[in-house]
Amino acid sequence: MAVKVIIPTPLRAYADKQESVQLQASNVGEAMEALTARFKELKKHLYSDDGRLRSFVNVYVNDEDIRYMQKDQTPLREGDTVSIVPSIAGGLQQ
Amino acid sequence: MATKSEISTQPAPTSAPVTLSKEEVLRYSRHLIMPEVGMEGQLRLKQAKVLCIGTGGLGAPLGLYLAAAGVGRIGLVDFDTVDFTNLQRQILFSTSDVGRPKIEAASDRLRDLNPEIQIDRFETHLSSDNALDILKDYDIVVDGTDNFPTRYLVNDACVLLGKPNVYGSIFRFEGQVTIFGYPDGPCYRCLYPEPPPPGLVPSCAEGGVLGVLPGIVGAIQAAETLKLIIGKGQSLVGRLLLFDALAMRFRELKLRKNPDCPVCGQHPTVTKLIDYVEFCGIRGEEASAPQLSIPEITPRELKARLDRGDDLFILDVREPHEYQICNLGGHLIPLGDLSKRVSELDSSREIVTHCRSGKRSAEAVDFLRQAGFRKVLNLKGGILAWSDDVDPSVPKY
Repeated sequence: MAVKVIIPTPLRAYADKQESVQLQASNVGEAMEALTARFKELKKHLYSDDGRLRSFVNVYVNDEDIRYMQKDQTPLREGDTVSIVPSIAGGLQQ
Repeated sequence: MATKSEISTQPAPTSAPVTLSKEEVLRYSRHLIMPEVGMEGQLRLKQAKVLCIGTGGLGAPLGLYLAAAGVGRIGLVDFDTVDFTNLQRQILFSTSDVGRPKIEAASDRLRDLNPEIQIDRFETHLSSDNALDILKDYDIVVDGTDNFPTRYLVNDACVLLGKPNVYGSIFRFEGQVTIFGYPDGPCYRCLYPEPPPPGLVPSCAEGGVLGVLPGIVGAIQAAETLKLIIGKGQSLVGRLLLFDALAMRFRELKLRKNPDCPVCGQHPTVTKLIDYVEFCGIRGEEASAPQLSIPEITPRELKARLDRGDDLFILDVREPHEYQICNLGGHLIPLGDLSKRVSELDSSREIVTHCRSGKRSAEAVDFLRQAGFRKVLNLKGGILAWSDDVDPSVPKY
């Protein structure tokens, strides 16, 4: 299944400055695996050492949060958009 | 630590029937002739109490539009002073305000814009000690500080007090907006239970923000606040609006209330305010610990050694666009490219690495030492310290 993965601005530095990439994957887990295989630096920003998605990163398929679907097993259809949405903060730490 | 004596508020208005004066009818006429607002909506605005936390990039358009719209009571929380780097986006302030307390400059500007409304000033850090006390008198809270400790503090305080929290955040060209803390709606912790460890968020190298971005995001926060007050339209409750100014594209994601949320879930574990600086920063201290063993050189020592004619190789690990702002004539290899380009360096020579403030170059020293380089020093305080201690003609950014 050809899907598009949107890379958020803060993580583009670890993904060859790309805004999005096209991948072949049949579920979210495969898409994330293919993505982190292509951009090795991304992995530690998305996953903790025990392999869990970090708690300040959410993944959406189209407009749905995978935590409320089948998480990594959420199936993908041709043309789906996978969005990685980390928490952001542009202001100064007080 | 803030004390109550630093918090100044004007007395609450008396509870006489609320009407608009002739001057107010004229001032708000473009609202009054629109059925979605009308007299009923305008009187709701006049009776509304909104707390704006922060008067910076997001707080500026927010404060201006809420004041202009006739929100009857606006609380402002800020402790900072205006500096030159604020003026690129913080449109509440003018060049003549540089050096003034932000709260003073902001309230002067809003009073000048609309003398009919009440401005409450809280010249303080919002903290776990004062937040509930400050927030309790307001109907709606808008966090414009855009930093993690304040965001979690405001989120938890709003959930505990049952107040809507109009959220906005920005990074470079990208913004997020939604409303948290609404009855039955999600809160920030439903979306992100924990903040990122500081070591994993982009450093000053990748930071920066397009000046107009907080203007757009803050104006959307203002629109959502006004809609909550007049009770019209579809609010952003349950929807996360993403905005990309570079692509000029809006997207929308669904937000759900997390039944396991530690603060608003069915079995909350956070039932009072905690220490948010510790909550957001504790792992950051661990991340910076290795820097203690990084060999350093001060800008003055470096200058003396260069003047003496010592053979030193200056390695600049900033980004090319930063090199264009100012440089020390060093060899440029951005930190992210160092592993690929390490062959450009001669390990037999003594290398001094530098960046803007010394943080990225410390990482570079750490990397090079692990790669077998023995004579590597970090320029303490980076190009900022060089400007302070050696050459003031080098601009600081």
